Amino acid sequence: MLQFLARRLLVALLVCLTVLTFAFALTRLAGDLAISIAGPNSTAADIEVVRKAYGLDRPLVEQFFDWVSRAMVGDFGRSYFFREKVSTLIFSRLPITLTLGLVGLGIALSVALPLGVISALREGRPIDRIISLVALLGQAMPSFWLGLVLMITFGLHLGWLPISGTGTWQHFVMPGVVLAFSAIPALMRLTRSGMIDAMSADYIRTARAKGLSRTSIVLKHAARNAAMPVVSIAAVQLGFMLGGSIVIETVFALHGVGFLAWESISKNDFPTVQAVVLLLAIIYTLLTLGADLLNAVLDPRLRAA
Amino acid sequence: MSALLEVEELDISFGALSAVRGASLEVRRGETHCLVGESGCGKSVTALAVMGLLPRNSVRQARRLAFDGKDILSLDEKGLSRLRGDRMAMIFQEPMTSLNPAYTVGSQMAEVLVRHRGASKRAALDRAAELLARVRITSPGMRLGQYPHQLSGGLRQRVMIAMALMCDPELLIADEPTTALDVTVQAQILRLLADLQKDLGLAILLITHDLGVVARTAHRVSVMYAGEVVESSPVDRLFNRPMHPYTRGLLSCVPVPGKVRRDQPLGSIPGMVPHVTQGFEGCAFRQRCALARPDCSGPIGRRRPEADRVYLCQIAPEEMTVS
Repeated sequence: MLQFLARRLLVALLVCLTVLTFAFALTRLAGDLAISIAGPNSTAADIEVVRKAYGLDRPLVEQFFDWVSRAMVGDFGRSYFFREKVSTLIFSRLPITLTLGLVGLGIALSVALPLGVISALREGRPIDRIISLVALLGQAMPSFWLGLVLMITFGLHLGWLPISGTGTWQHFVMPGVVLAFSAIPALMRLTRSGMIDAMSADYIRTARAKGLSRTSIVLKHAARNAAMPVVSIAAVQLGFMLGGSIVIETVFALHGVGFLAWESISKNDFPTVQAVVLLLAIIYTLLTLGADLLNAVLDPRLRAA
Repeated sequence: MSALLEVEELDISFGALSAVRGASLEVRRGETHCLVGESGCGKSVTALAVMGLLPRNSVRQARRLAFDGKDILSLDEKGLSRLRGDRMAMIFQEPMTSLNPAYTVGSQMAEVLVRHRGASKRAALDRAAELLARVRITSPGMRLGQYPHQLSGGLRQRVMIAMALMCDPELLIADEPTTALDVTVQAQILRLLADLQKDLGLAILLITHDLGVVARTAHRVSVMYAGEVVESSPVDRLFNRPMHPYTRGLLSCVPVPGKVRRDQPLGSIPGMVPHVTQGFEGCAFRQRCALARPDCSGPIGRRRPEADRVYLCQIAPEEMTVS
């Protein structure tokens, strides 16, 4: 188990280093940073001043190592646009995104898992078809549209929930639901197919021959074996929710990391872009690592590998 | 006293396919009853029907299906599950996949006693360790904490046997328990089953296609062909004087030292097992039978040539030419 953990951590570290390099390279490939910082009405002399001031005249390799060594200790420099330290900026936005992602995943799992299990146990019956159809509709619905529909219905007409901002937990309900909707179909289908596989396995026949209760057969013996792909995909979905919730953050005016990423990219605020990309990469890597560890807990065979 | 397990006129079908037709057999207390036949003849399905473990797409009917004199045909899933694992247990052909990969041996064994006897986890684990030792697994305490993938096929089958014995069942159904194992391990498992049977007074319904296994372990034998039990007999009389032409054919396929001459080919049964669908009439063996007569395509009667013996054939014992 320790060896397994060590190997996974090493891989995770390498992934982060690779992303670090790419994040740096991509921002430099996007064009001459000095020109875009100086603005459209600047003269050649202005641009030279900017280039010197931001250290952009140094060799790329030197800039890279300078950035990496600072990044290691959490110093990402100052944002060009927000006039703030990048780290402060990110950490003020992160709680919003994390809350949104966790709420979204929570809703998604609490809907997708029971539906997937019910679907599997009633395979081919009407209830299974209905659930699949609903999942299909969920997948086909664009999240900005669903977001607006919810806002109009529950925010404007019914007045049950606030439509924008981040003041209370109620603010996270609608965006969480919208976010969950995009994750539910995949999670549900994986739960369904995993449960169908597990329920037809020989060890389930053994469990039945042992006279175990239906609950124990389904929830103990089948579910644990069906859970692995669901855990992996849930981790990816959470990563996607944390990094890719730009649309939803915009619709509901939640100023989280996703929104920050979009702002900084459009403003060519490259210290912020680099830091956000790195942060998201670390989050993804940690989530995948977490999923691997959870799976190793679920399936003893993985621990040996 | 009635037999422990009574099966009368059991029919099982999967859609149009008729898997078992009118099968009858009895397993008596403390006896090993072997159910023999080729692959696909309905042996396993018969066993699963007794346990109530048939797949959903099957239909089960019987005139009588009784365990310890009590009807189990009318029991629902819940009532049946009270019996399964407690008074009747089953082990399977696939030791490699029959244990849940996600739980330890100890946990899988213990839950049987917890479920049926309300035992504490602690007491159940003690019982599990005791039974692992009983099936001759060394260092049982260590094995309890292991996962199935850490055990060999032979060990897993021993675990399955030990697990089946958790509640001291009266009937153990063993569906080809040695088929997937090495020859040396096969012999050990069979000896183990025979010993357990003697010591615990278990009744065993042993499904096999291996006549060598039958000769070594059985008290009684039922021979199945194309979904029917064509002959039922005490083992010695079946081997000495098989009645049904199929049983005779089957026995002639077995090389017996001293009886088979090197320069003569071993016996074989010409033709193929027919595909039996619903509404099938007559003897399923008639196309392959050397003694077939016109009336073999009509309803077939049961013959009882002597006490304790039944066979399903139109031809009387005295009419059978010695082949």
